[in-house]
Amino acid sequence: MVYPLVVTKRMMEHPADSHTMKRYEATGGYVAARQSVGQTREELVELVKASGLLGRGGAAFSAGLKWSFLAPARPAYLVVNGDESEPGTFKDRQLMERDPHQIVEGMIIAAKANEVHDSFVYIRGEYPKPARRLQQAVADAYAKGYLGKGIFGTDYDLELTVHLGAGAYICGEETALLNSLEGRRGEPRIKPPYFPAAKGLYMKPTIVNNIETISNLPHIINQGSEWFAGLSDSADTGTFMMSISGHVNKPGNYELPHGLTWREVIYDVAGGIRNGNELKAWVPGGASAPWFVPELHLDRPVTKEACAADGSMLGSGAIIVMDHTTDMVGAAERLVAFFAEESCGQCTPCREGTTWLDMILQRVLNGAGRDADIDLLLDVADNISVGLGWPPKQTTICPLGPSAVSPVMSLVRHFRDEVEAHIASAPHSGGQGVAVSIRGIA
Amino acid sequence: MSWSAETIKRAHDIVARYPEPRSAVMPLLYLAMRQDGYLTADGMKQVADLVGITPAQVQSVATFYVMFKTEPKGKYLISMCTSISCYLMGADDVLHAIEEASGVPAGEADDEIGVEHAECIGACGGAPACLVNYELIEGLTVEKAKELVRWLRDGKPETINGDELQTLFGSVTSFDWAIKEDNAAIGPYPAFPVFGTAAQNTDALEPGRGA
Repeated sequence: MVYPLVVTKRMMEHPADSHTMKRYEATGGYVAARQSVGQTREELVELVKASGLLGRGGAAFSAGLKWSFLAPARPAYLVVNGDESEPGTFKDRQLMERDPHQIVEGMIIAAKANEVHDSFVYIRGEYPKPARRLQQAVADAYAKGYLGKGIFGTDYDLELTVHLGAGAYICGEETALLNSLEGRRGEPRIKPPYFPAAKGLYMKPTIVNNIETISNLPHIINQGSEWFAGLSDSADTGTFMMSISGHVNKPGNYELPHGLTWREVIYDVAGGIRNGNELKAWVPGGASAPWFVPELHLDRPVTKEACAADGSMLGSGAIIVMDHTTDMVGAAERLVAFFAEESCGQCTPCREGTTWLDMILQRVLNGAGRDADIDLLLDVADNISVGLGWPPKQTTICPLGPSAVSPVMSLVRHFRDEVEAHIASAPHSGGQGVAVSIRGIA
Repeated sequence: MSWSAETIKRAHDIVARYPEPRSAVMPLLYLAMRQDGYLTADGMKQVADLVGITPAQVQSVATFYVMFKTEPKGKYLISMCTSISCYLMGADDVLHAIEEASGVPAGEADDEIGVEHAECIGACGGAPACLVNYELIEGLTVEKAKELVRWLRDGKPETINGDELQTLFGSVTSFDWAIKEDNAAIGPYPAFPVFGTAAQNTDALEPGRGA
């Protein structure tokens, strides 16, 4: 099955040089940006609103609507979030490495739409190669007069700076990213009052968009909002990128239409389970998303609506597939350990709670589990996210803490017997198990 | 080590790219790591002076981010991903092989090699994966990881090139890398020409604000 491609089309057709200015311009590049600098804020915002483009960073909010909320005070800033750090997600890495000019052009359009003269791309520190590629594209665009003073021969100025993070998942959260870009610890800010559209970078109105969202903009300008909306039957328009990893035969990034079933994605697109093994469970949308299992979800559509109805989310579009050989307690521990390590430490329920969840899971794994440990896990989880519902309630400034509750709830809901078996195999399951840290988290 | 006039000039160019000087703290911390191999008290003081905040404020930033190292991590830092996708594909065995072959437990370093576990490095489609001086190797195996350690110990390469590493020690990738590049890393910090931390193309600073 061949699906229509938007943001990965150029890199698929021209693998050897899709990252160069020469190839980019030879395939219609910078036509949209040149046109946009002559358009008004209203025209551009309305166009993107009409396209139905939803933010691709995980929150899936209308990109055009987000732009329309930008407070009128100036200066304002555009910040593009290339901090991609959600376990299982590697799509923005490919977009930055293989088609960086698409991002530069998208940023020119977004900047003009928001009357911004200063823009930044924040790239996670572990991505020096994508950062180098994007930096080269930026330098080429400056050299051509597409960035800097009076771009495309108009009186419109735009600066673009590539900024490297330094290893902190939390900086993918937009207010933490802004703190980091200001040269501070990457701690999320409290909303309200710190909604970026009103009080963002340097407390000025700021638009924060994801790399994939930005990459779609040149195509919407070139081919129109109706074309973009027409690529999909659902309210979620265009295409979307999925990062598929774990126990599948063909892991990778795939640009897909909305509305396939999970069976099609896992078995057709990703080539099925390795070694002919059985599918046991999958994470549908990044580490924070509650797990799906084949008995309940394999023939459900891969849409935001269906995922929400089933108590999970598509999030960042990262699917992590687990076959029948997987120790589900081990998988849950590894997911929780991530959040424990990446907690910024501001809020007690997250800082302490994620660490305790991890230590309890570790002792269950290490044969030191106690009979009461399932109840204890649920109790700690309830203190991080009261009621243990979906979408999760927050006792914290940002959603990181509640994200660690998802794998625990998924484990207990679908694989309680495995937890009990681990505990029963412990030599003194009723006694005083000892929390053992295997990776220095304590 | 005190900073050369050229490095100070580079630092001022970086500060000038931002509307407010403090935003340059992170790039300047990478520059400081390039100077000394890791962040020394002197290096952080230098950064503080350049952006006009206190050394304590700089330290508060430096200690928040795992890639800023306040202790020596050797000439080659191996960061093995142990997050979910790499874990599912055998990352723990690979990390143990690296520890055994190098004699360096995760979290520690000798003069040559540092070893650490890392949280998700965005190489999930090529799991298990690691970084060497932040250059990526995808599709590692236990055997290839041992070879990597021996190659670093015996060969003592001056610089690390991602494409070379991937060719020698990697296999399946998250996507087609397609294009080779010649930038190379020289220490436990990412190679990024604009910050002056790449082994090559360090003159590629693009026009400054308002230039």
